[in-house]
Amino acid sequence: MSYLDHAATTPMRPEAIAAMAAQFGDVGNASSLHTAGRRARRVVEESRELIAGHLGASPSDVVFTAGGTESDNLAVKGLFWARRTQDPQRVRFLTSAIEHHALIDPLMWLGTAEDAQICQVGVDPNGRLDLEALAELITHDPDSVAAISVMLANNEVGTIQPLLEVVAMAKAHDIPVHTDAVQAVGQLDIDFSCLGVAAMSVSAHKLGGPTGIGALLLGRSIEPTPILHGGGQERNVRSGTLDVPAIAGFAAALDAAMNDRVERNARVSALRDDLIARIQRAVPDAVLNGSPILDEANRLPNNVHFSFPGCQGDALLMLLDAKGIECSTGSACSAGIAQPSHVLLALGASQTAARSSLRFSLGWNSTQADVDAVVESIAPAVERARLASGTLIDHA
Amino acid sequence: MRESVPMKVVAALSGGVDSAVAAARAVDAGHEVVGVHLALSASRETHRVGSRGCCTLEDARDARRIADVLGIPFYVWDLSEEFRREVVDDFIAEYQAGRTPNPCIRCNESIKFSAVLNKARGLGFDAVCTGHYARIENDQAGGLVLKRGVDPKKDQSYVLGVLSEQDLSQSLFPLGDSTKDQVRREASERGLLVADKSDSYDVCFIPDGDTGAFLRSELGDQPGDIVDESGAVVGEHQGAFAFTVGQRRGLALGDPADDGRARFVLSIEPINNKVVVGPRESLAVQRLDLETAIALKDVDPDGIEVQWRAHGSPAAARAVINDHGVVDAVELRDVAYGIAAGQELVMFVGDRVVGSARIRSAAR
Repeated sequence: MSYLDHAATTPMRPEAIAAMAAQFGDVGNASSLHTAGRRARRVVEESRELIAGHLGASPSDVVFTAGGTESDNLAVKGLFWARRTQDPQRVRFLTSAIEHHALIDPLMWLGTAEDAQICQVGVDPNGRLDLEALAELITHDPDSVAAISVMLANNEVGTIQPLLEVVAMAKAHDIPVHTDAVQAVGQLDIDFSCLGVAAMSVSAHKLGGPTGIGALLLGRSIEPTPILHGGGQERNVRSGTLDVPAIAGFAAALDAAMNDRVERNARVSALRDDLIARIQRAVPDAVLNGSPILDEANRLPNNVHFSFPGCQGDALLMLLDAKGIECSTGSACSAGIAQPSHVLLALGASQTAARSSLRFSLGWNSTQADVDAVVESIAPAVERARLASGTLIDHA
Repeated sequence: MRESVPMKVVAALSGGVDSAVAAARAVDAGHEVVGVHLALSASRETHRVGSRGCCTLEDARDARRIADVLGIPFYVWDLSEEFRREVVDDFIAEYQAGRTPNPCIRCNESIKFSAVLNKARGLGFDAVCTGHYARIENDQAGGLVLKRGVDPKKDQSYVLGVLSEQDLSQSLFPLGDSTKDQVRREASERGLLVADKSDSYDVCFIPDGDTGAFLRSELGDQPGDIVDESGAVVGEHQGAFAFTVGQRRGLALGDPADDGRARFVLSIEPINNKVVVGPRESLAVQRLDLETAIALKDVDPDGIEVQWRAHGSPAAARAVINDHGVVDAVELRDVAYGIAAGQELVMFVGDRVVGSARIRSAAR
C-alpha cells in the first residue's frame, strides 16, 4: 500500500501513540482540584507549554479545541461578533478565494445569518493571494472591516500565502487577522508572535497526532465571542472538559515533527521533486498546479498536485486505488461527491480541468517505494481514464 | 440462465435492499465486484430532503455500508450533470410539449446502461449489475432476450425494454428469478442493514411527489384556459405543462359539467397553452403510433401484448407492419383510456420483451 494522502490525515507518530497510551489508564478531570485533577492538569499545561514553545506563542495563547474546523469556526464567528459588538459598522470580513470549507462555510453562514459582507480576494495562477486587491478592499473603507482571514498554506495545491504582507496591511488599520495554518504547522517554521496574527488554527492529526484535537492560538489583543459556553475552561473562550490523552498526543506529535523538521523536509521534498519530475516524464501533458517554485517560501514540501487533461479525477483515483495507491481528488467530502474544486477554479482552471486533478501528499513515513509505485502506475491509469471519459456522452 | 463466467462488475448501489442483494449475489457468483453509488443531484440541498428518493445522503451512506458488509470497494460517481441534461431536462421538455415522459426509463437508457456502463467499460469492467427484477436469457438463436421478473408485483422489464441486446450482454440482473419477499429475507440473513427499508416509488428528483409544483418552479406560472371539447372556457390553469392526458384530479373546475359527469384531461395544446377536458369516453383509444419503428424477429404480429405503464396490465394487441416491413404502430384489441404521447410502449410475447418505443400519438 502506498499512502499518499497525508494532507487528509497522516499516520500517528509513535511518540504520540506512546504519550496517549500513558494517559489512558489515569483518571483525572483537569479542572478538578484534588490530586488526580492536578495530575491531569499538569499534563495539559506541560503539553500547552510544549506546543506554545514550538510555535513561538505564549502558553496562555493556546486554546485547545476539537480540531481545525472548530478552530476556524471559533475564530471566524468569534472575531466577527466581538468586533461588531465593539463597533456596529464593522460588517465586512475579508478572505481569500481558496480557503478550506471549514473557513468558507462559517463565513457564508455569517453572511446569511448575521448580514456579514464576505469579500473574497482572488489569487494568481500559482495560487498566491492578490495583495493589491486585498489592499484596495481594506483602504476602500477600513473602518467597516471586522476581520481578515487568509490561510498560511493551501491544502489542495500547497501554495504558501504572503501572510506577513497581509498582517502589515491590516496592522495599519488595527484589523485582526486570522490564519488557518492547519496544513503548514509541522512543516514550516512558524512563529506565532512574529507573524503578528490575532489567531491561528492548528490541527493535531495533520502533523502526526490524533484526530479530534487541535488549537486556536489566540493573542491577547481580542477575545472572540465563544461558541461553546459552559464550565469556562480555556480562558472562558472554549468550555468543555479537556481531553488529556489527546492533548498529550498532540504535543508529542508536534514535538516530534518540529524536532526532525529540517531533515524530514529535505527528504520529503526530494521525494516530492522526484515524483513531480517523473510524473511529467510519464504523462507529458500533465499540468502541475500550484507554485512551480519548489521551495519552502512558495510550496509545501509534501504537496504534489496535477491536472491530467482528458481524465476524470475520480476515475483516476479508483484505478490507482485498485493498484494500492491512495491519493485524493481534492479535499475529502462526507457525501463523497466530487464538486469541482473551488481552489482550482480560483486559480483559473476550467470546470473540466478542475475535475481532472489529483493530489499526492507525502508525509513523515513516505518512502521512495511510494513514489516509484505512483510513477509505475500513473501512465496506464491516465490512459485508461481517458478511455473512460471519452466514452461518456459528449454534448459539448 | 446465462452461463456465468467471472467478470469485473460494477454494482450500482442505490442504498436500497434490491441493489444490495443483487451485488451480494454477484460477489457470490465469483465476480470481481466494485460498488458504485450514483450521485445524480448536483444540488447539495436536495440530498437532505426526501426520504425515499434515489439520491439522499442517507442512501449514499447506506450504499457505503452495504459495500462494507460485502467487503467490496466503494465509490461515488458524480453523474449529476448527465442526469440533469438527459433525464431532468428531458422530463421538463416533454411535459412542456404536452407529453407524458417516464424519467426512470430515460435514466436506464441514458445513465445506468449508457453513461455508467460506458464509464465502467472504459475503466476495464465487463458489466453493470443492478437490482432490477427482470431476467436476461439466451434465446434459441444464441442471442439474448429480456424477460419479465418472476415476481409479478415487482417485475421491471417494462423500464428495461429500451435496452439493446448489446446492453443486455453487459448487464447482470441477479434478482430476476426471485420475489421481493425472498430478497428481503436474504438481505436480513446476510446482515444487510437495509432489509426493512421501504421501496422508492416517486420520481427521485421530485421527493415530495408534486410534479406540478416542480414543473411550475422550473418553468414559472403560465396561466391559460381550460376548455371543453366545444372550445368553451370552463376554467383556468397556471401552466398547461403541468397536466397529463387522462388526469382527473387537480383540475379545480368550479362548475360541474352540464351532464354532471367527471371530466378528464383529453389533450394538452402547448402552443396556445390550452388544456382540453371532457368525459372519459373521449379518452378512448385503440391505435398507438410509435416514434421509432421496431423490427420484430420471429414474432406473430397478431399475437403480442403491450404495456404503456410500469405497473399496468398487459393488453392484447396487433403490431402494424408498414411498407418497410417494420412496426410503427399497434392496434389494441380493446379500447384503452388515458394513454398519452411520450409514454413508452413495450411489446411482449408471453414474458419476453420483443420491442420498445415511445408513443407518438394515440387515436380512436
